[in-house]
Amino acid sequence: MAPDKTGRPARSLAKLGTWDVLVIVVLVGVIVASSVLVEGFASPRFWGFLLLDVTPIALIALPMTLVVITGEIDLSVASTLGLASAVMGQLWFLGLPLPVILPLVVLLGALLGAVNGLFVAGFGLPSLAVTIGTLALYRGLAYVVLGDRAIADFPFSWTANSIEALPGTTVPWVALVVAALAVVFGVVLHATPIGRSLYAMGNNTQAATFAGISVNRTKFWLYVLTGAIAALAGIFWTLRYASARADNGSGLELSVVAAVLLGGVSIFGGRGTLVGVLAGVLLLMTLRNALQLADVPADTLTVVTGALLIISVVGPNVAQMLRDRLRRRRATAQPVAGA
Amino acid sequence: MTTTAPAGQTASAPPPATTRAGVRAAHRLFAVRELGIALALLLLIAVTTAVNPRFLSGQSRKDLMLGATILVVLAVGQAIVIITRNVDLSVGSVLGLSAFATGKLFLAMPDAPIVLAVLAGIGLGTLCGIVNGALIAVARVPALVVTLGTLYMFRGLDYSWAAGQQINAADLPSGFKAMGTATVLGVPVLALFAIVVLLVAGYYLRSYRSGRELYAIGSDPAAARLSGIPVGRRVFGALVVSGALAGLAGVLYAARFGTLDASAGSGMELNVVAAAVVGGVAIFGGSGSVYGAALGALLLSTIGSALPVLRIDPFWQQAVVGALILTAIGLDRVLAARVAHRLRGRKARGA
Repeated sequence: MAPDKTGRPARSLAKLGTWDVLVIVVLVGVIVASSVLVEGFASPRFWGFLLLDVTPIALIALPMTLVVITGEIDLSVASTLGLASAVMGQLWFLGLPLPVILPLVVLLGALLGAVNGLFVAGFGLPSLAVTIGTLALYRGLAYVVLGDRAIADFPFSWTANSIEALPGTTVPWVALVVAALAVVFGVVLHATPIGRSLYAMGNNTQAATFAGISVNRTKFWLYVLTGAIAALAGIFWTLRYASARADNGSGLELSVVAAVLLGGVSIFGGRGTLVGVLAGVLLLMTLRNALQLADVPADTLTVVTGALLIISVVGPNVAQMLRDRLRRRRATAQPVAGA
Repeated sequence: MTTTAPAGQTASAPPPATTRAGVRAAHRLFAVRELGIALALLLLIAVTTAVNPRFLSGQSRKDLMLGATILVVLAVGQAIVIITRNVDLSVGSVLGLSAFATGKLFLAMPDAPIVLAVLAGIGLGTLCGIVNGALIAVARVPALVVTLGTLYMFRGLDYSWAAGQQINAADLPSGFKAMGTATVLGVPVLALFAIVVLLVAGYYLRSYRSGRELYAIGSDPAAARLSGIPVGRRVFGALVVSGALAGLAGVLYAARFGTLDASAGSGMELNVVAAAVVGGVAIFGGSGSVYGAALGALLLSTIGSALPVLRIDPFWQQAVVGALILTAIGLDRVLAARVAHRLRGRKARGA
């Protein structure tokens, strides 16, 4: 939870690249195994549903990847999603048309992100504590706005549209939106100076400052972006389930963080790739849905999520430690053999 | 997550002689900080009592104390972990596991002595703490990630063990339920557990060498390691203590509520971290006290009871808690800046 790079080298997560490949290999393995072993998994219909389930987590994971790479975290995303959903419901209840509501809700998300950004980048407060605070604050405001009511009378054309598949396929169109956004994020992170500056900030804030990167401004806008996208996920959530509720997306922040870390992003910042994160999100959700389909009880899924997360961080570290020990033994053994 | 550490953190570590005066200033300021929370709490109670005098009548005073008990026990454990610059997000799940285990124990042995239940809960929690501690200290993996993983794992185990079963108050022996309601001199027995835990932990952190070492580790892990402090072992110990206390909290939860399913304590981890943060335990380690954390827990749980009395929509509760956390960490930064300023001032005067 702290950048303890000297005492505890962030050598975890093995070498960049190899981890992505590993996650993708495991993902493919899970898909192949499930197709053979789980009845109904190989059906296009199931994949359509799976992609709908993936959408909100994948959406929020995109900006979250960037935030964690800079060495910060945002635990308030699910509450932002919930508040966006509640405000959307309330505005609809008050009679505003949806084309007016939706941009307002995204703007609200950006504002909520700006509050996080102000506290973290502006006042220099620890992001873990700030976003635990706004996690409670935003969720609380969602309840203040909507109470325990549920607004469900959204027009069918909108709710049905949100899960509409592309013609002739079972691929929901929102999956394409996520894919397009992922490409944009991927290009920005891996092929532009902005992306390189994010890694620089995560590796060494001071060095990044001296290199002329405006660390605080970048972080501020990252939080604004995260808030806006979390609100977008809130809109999707509300339309998909045709229900605006204050508790929408409760606890989702942990799934997003789990997926990002599983995808190989270091919690200390400075490491990770977007491809890895997308593979991590897909791996997590595919495994969950496949097990669900195989009638494995939901509680086992929870254990699997936790175990995956732990293995993904402990595995590389332990492997590295064993390698080091082996090398040291060889190094001490050789002079003896030579003499 | 930032690399800038509040200047006040280093102040709580065993100091070099030259800054001792500055450290006293720091201690005073942070003591003021705890005083501030206590005052806020008193003000809240006073205003609420003025609005409705029955807020402090016998029964509701008891309810206030009972309401805070579990959160205080968890917050003490969490404070010990956060002081070492780690965090334990799995406490809610450990509480759930232990609460359900307590119910199961009494289902299997209705005549089991209460002491056995308490020991079993603590034992189970200790086991969970050992898993956390081993992964963090031995495999050198960040606590945030490990305990996020075990949050899911312990909860999942809890659910698969319970398999939809619910244990009702009727299944629990009357002696155990009586412990949940009994009082000694007006203080609920359950609250006594919290008080004992608090005093022992407070004394240990203040007066034992290994307790002070926890602060040193939180202030600067690398320096602590260089000065010969067994960092891994201390962090391991902190996680085990946090687990054990979460296990104890599970037993207290069972005694208080009687009705148990696998969802007991879900999401509690955030309240616990919030209580510690509000109580002045800096999230980046090295400063704060268990008394502050306990005050934070008391404040958070009192807000919950006071809002309805003040005729404020209870839906505001979570928002108020969030605003409180933000205020508390903001205040922390201001205080830290003042301490840094003083230290600089003294050095400049050559003191």
